[in-house]
Amino acid sequence: MTEFIKLPAAELAGLVADGTASARDITQAHLDRITSTDERLNAFVTVDAEGALATADAVDARRAAGEQLPALAGVPIAVKDIVVTNGIETTAASKILRGWIPPYDATIVTKLRAAGLVPLGKTNLDEFAMGSSTENSAFGPSHNPWDLARTPGGSSGGSSAAVAAYQAPLAIGTDTGGSIRQPASLTGIVGHKPTYGGVSRSGLVAYASSLDQAGPFGRTVLDTALLHEVIAGHDPADSTSLDAPVPAVADAARVGANGDLTGMTIGVVSNLSGEGYEPGVVSVIAATVAQLEQMGAKVVECACPHFDYALAAYYLIAPSECSSNLARFDAMRYGLRVGDDRQASLEAVMAGTRDAGFGAEVKRRIIIGTYALSAGYYDAYYGQAQKVRTLISRDFATAFSGCDVLVSPTSPIVAFELGPRAEDPMAMYAVDLCTLPASLAGVPAISVPCGLSGGLPVGLQIMAPVLADDRCYRVAAAVEASLNSPVLATAPQL
Amino acid sequence: MSTITRDEVAHLAHLARLAVTDDELDTFAVQLDVILSSVASIADVAANDILPTTHAVPLTNVLRADEPGPSLNRDTVLLAAPAAEGGRFRVPRILDTEE
Amino acid sequence: MHPPSSMTPVVQQPDAVTAPITPRSFDQVIASYQPVIGLETHIELGTRTKMFCGCAAAFGDEPNTNICPVCLGLPGALPVANAAAVESAILIGLALNCSIASWCRFARKNYFYPDMPKNFQISQYDEPLCFDGWLDVRLPGGSVDEDIDGRVDGNANGSADQPSSVRIEIERVHMEEDTGKSLHVGGATGRIHGATHSLVDYNRAGIPLVEIVTKPITGTGERAPEVARAYATQLRDLIRALGVSDVRMEQGSMRCDVNTSLQPIGASEWGTRTETKNVNSLRSVERAVRSEMCRQAGVLDAGIRIVQETRHFHEDTGQTTSGRSKEEATDYRYFPEPDLVPLAPETAWVDSLRERLPELPAEKLARLQAEWGLAEKDMAAVLGADAVQLIAATIAAGATAEAARKWWLGELARRANSDGVELEGLAITPKQVAEVQQLVDRGSLNDKLARQVIEGVLAGEGEPSQVVAARGLEVVSDTDTLGAAVDAAIAANADVAQKVRDGKVAAAGALVGAVMKTTKGQADAQTVRTLILERLSAS
Repeated sequence: MTEFIKLPAAELAGLVADGTASARDITQAHLDRITSTDERLNAFVTVDAEGALATADAVDARRAAGEQLPALAGVPIAVKDIVVTNGIETTAASKILRGWIPPYDATIVTKLRAAGLVPLGKTNLDEFAMGSSTENSAFGPSHNPWDLARTPGGSSGGSSAAVAAYQAPLAIGTDTGGSIRQPASLTGIVGHKPTYGGVSRSGLVAYASSLDQAGPFGRTVLDTALLHEVIAGHDPADSTSLDAPVPAVADAARVGANGDLTGMTIGVVSNLSGEGYEPGVVSVIAATVAQLEQMGAKVVECACPHFDYALAAYYLIAPSECSSNLARFDAMRYGLRVGDDRQASLEAVMAGTRDAGFGAEVKRRIIIGTYALSAGYYDAYYGQAQKVRTLISRDFATAFSGCDVLVSPTSPIVAFELGPRAEDPMAMYAVDLCTLPASLAGVPAISVPCGLSGGLPVGLQIMAPVLADDRCYRVAAAVEASLNSPVLATAPQL
Repeated sequence: MSTITRDEVAHLAHLARLAVTDDELDTFAVQLDVILSSVASIADVAANDILPTTHAVPLTNVLRADEPGPSLNRDTVLLAAPAAEGGRFRVPRILDTEE
Repeated sequence: MHPPSSMTPVVQQPDAVTAPITPRSFDQVIASYQPVIGLETHIELGTRTKMFCGCAAAFGDEPNTNICPVCLGLPGALPVANAAAVESAILIGLALNCSIASWCRFARKNYFYPDMPKNFQISQYDEPLCFDGWLDVRLPGGSVDEDIDGRVDGNANGSADQPSSVRIEIERVHMEEDTGKSLHVGGATGRIHGATHSLVDYNRAGIPLVEIVTKPITGTGERAPEVARAYATQLRDLIRALGVSDVRMEQGSMRCDVNTSLQPIGASEWGTRTETKNVNSLRSVERAVRSEMCRQAGVLDAGIRIVQETRHFHEDTGQTTSGRSKEEATDYRYFPEPDLVPLAPETAWVDSLRERLPELPAEKLARLQAEWGLAEKDMAAVLGADAVQLIAATIAAGATAEAARKWWLGELARRANSDGVELEGLAITPKQVAEVQQLVDRGSLNDKLARQVIEGVLAGEGEPSQVVAARGLEVVSDTDTLGAAVDAAIAANADVAQKVRDGKVAAAGALVGAVMKTTKGQADAQTVRTLILERLSAS
């Protein structure tokens, strides 16, 4: 039983496909792992054991009927609780949505179900994906399996913790400013933010619409790529969805695994280093870059001067959009309602519910966004931030004219201790320095484990041009292949 | 750039329909001021000739044919509502008219 | 909705406001002020589905049956724009001689209100789909006492056969989504004030709307109310001709907000404007402008300034009352809608839509005027009475142009006016009018009887033939009966009869009158006259 939880998704699917193992047994093994570990990890908000086993049984029945199963059929998966699931409570880790049972599925959930993946439940996150540590969750923080006193990153920290702790071989996260990549980096797993528009946003509880993207987590690059191929593709229900072929990311992962990067030019972003970057992180990244060069890649240094303004632009754009997106949580149609004694006015009930239902960080961002969009400040803040976005995209374009991918640390620091940083919003925001440029420009970026610093995992971020997600996977697979053993293999046993 | 006062935070909270407490106001006023001064640097960067980016990936004319799709079951929807009456969502008395 | 706060000072009114202010008479207003008006018209498009989702865009369905995650604003749901709605909006823009934007975006208008599921409305802000157009509006006949800012075509003194029309400039035509509808429970007469709670139906939420905004209309003087109504009427006819909406004000598929301000004559700056909402009929458009002009003049004459605010028109009193003050107004925090991509109508697409434009009312009117053989003055009167469709339908049902016009602009216009309804609101169909006229043409009815038949139809007594039968309204055509009545009249009025014999034919009118009296009007006056003249020349 226990060996199931350590196997990559690709192998589990193979066992199911050839009848060596049943999806039910695989699912049960993971449910058992959740039962035995989640009190310590708090990775899951909701575990849907019954639904998972029923889905697994359906997969087994399909196989028994002689059906050709899709690539990841029968493989358990954890889904971030910001992804809408029909009939399963979806909270976005907010008190304001507690108890909400959606009447529809997100497009990616529909795709997961169609592909025979087995959703185990919903994972913890910073409330409405606003945060970098899961400390902004209404359900309390998740814990990093490497060190339970530390964060598994955020906002998709429940998903990263679940995968790193072998509760699930795969997970869905969402990434608005780094919320897949940073948790992947901090827990020693692989996480990819696809090209904006590459994966449907229909059914993602919106935080910042122009930045939000769902993406895959896995323990291996190939697993992550296989999941990517399941969830990606054009969706007519999302106007910003790209009507273009899904990049062949699984093939790229297989090619990259042969460790040959001859012909590739890799740009190292000189701006994403220096002050604020832990020396341990910097040296692991430098060693990894040297390794890439050994594998045949040409390494160049790239200056992207406007990346320095990404943090400022992000912390204006995202709050602005969130102030509007979260206006719908008003106690009228679904979710929490506080103070309706049949005397209080609608205005009082609405404002009271929103004050009681939202956590401090959400309120902070709503107020900043309201300010940045106000008539007198729009040009100076929101308008200016969007111009910075243009400049960052130009920096990428310039860089990609001379190299195939850009690399940097995913996070300037390794997993930090829960607690102290949460008191200081700016210190927490600074954690996102490296991941924000790709979000603002809509380009794909992956985080792949590449070593340890002080016994904690370090991730390399690989960024590529729009719709060239395959390049991220190819280089990531090469990095993975260059390691003597997987980074996660050195994690302490839970 | 300009600093943000406690009164402004109160006004913004009202615009955003957040009944923040006095304590929250005090905390937020300080924090927002720090945040806004940290992001003030963007004022220096972008010149007038730079076009703003509102959509990361440029697309136009994404339209849907005027064809009916499924609607939700009313009972299901109203069951999830904080209050309902006569097939409608019941909301508390409205103080003033907006539109 | 928006209590004052430190950032939005509310200017206190002088104490004088506590005393009631008497509105001025319309003549007094005109003597001292020039009105400036503007109209913002919302048209609900007649698409099958809503603006951003596949729910039916239907009127009158069971509450909350046409709702889905998108139009209910459920978390995660995303909008996708309806192609037919975009095309309808472009058609409206083209028909209003607008430029069509080569690139424009939707924007979010952020404010909280329970009938708006997302607490923002998807609209357009500084990039409307269509802009800078115009509509030439024909005014009802009669005099235009003042030159309308040099923009009146034809004869400003309004001599009979000259057209008088005003070019209304269109600032923008943009797209947005409608809100849901609230029922206010527990208060008086369904008003929000005093209600204990409200019940919301989101069937209407997300139905596509097109908003048409005029530029300020200046220099119309005393005709401002009439110009406002004529514009609304002809805009409605234009939209109807395009077939993109049923434009029914009583059902809310066309809604007018009327901006009004007064400029003291000789002043160089415009006054502060108010925006009057809840104007639910064409007639109310005119009344709302008129009453707001009178009210504002009263306020200004009392030395008080006008507050920029939203006002509500009340159909029953014809007055406006204060709504939300714009001085505590919302900051709508518009920003480009990130969930929708820009619209960029290519020339070929716009051109193909231009080819789809049907005959527009202006062309159609010119054609009908020629077909009906009407003078400009008469056509203007037809337009002023909003009777074009009715007359056309009456003609189609078999009446002559002359007769159809006579009925709708005569007897029926009088009835509509005294009942305070639009012609269309009268309980008679063009077909029924044509039937009455056919009875007249056949000699079964005279004018007086025909009017009684019309009255009967309006009173709900059934079809014209049923009214004729029930009321016994038939012309006395029996020559023996008539002959006897004529003889009796001649005998009773020997002196008059003698005058006729002496050649004073005009005097026969008195004898005709006498016969009509004895036959209780149920005779054809022409037949009676002929009989009288026959007898008096024969004897």
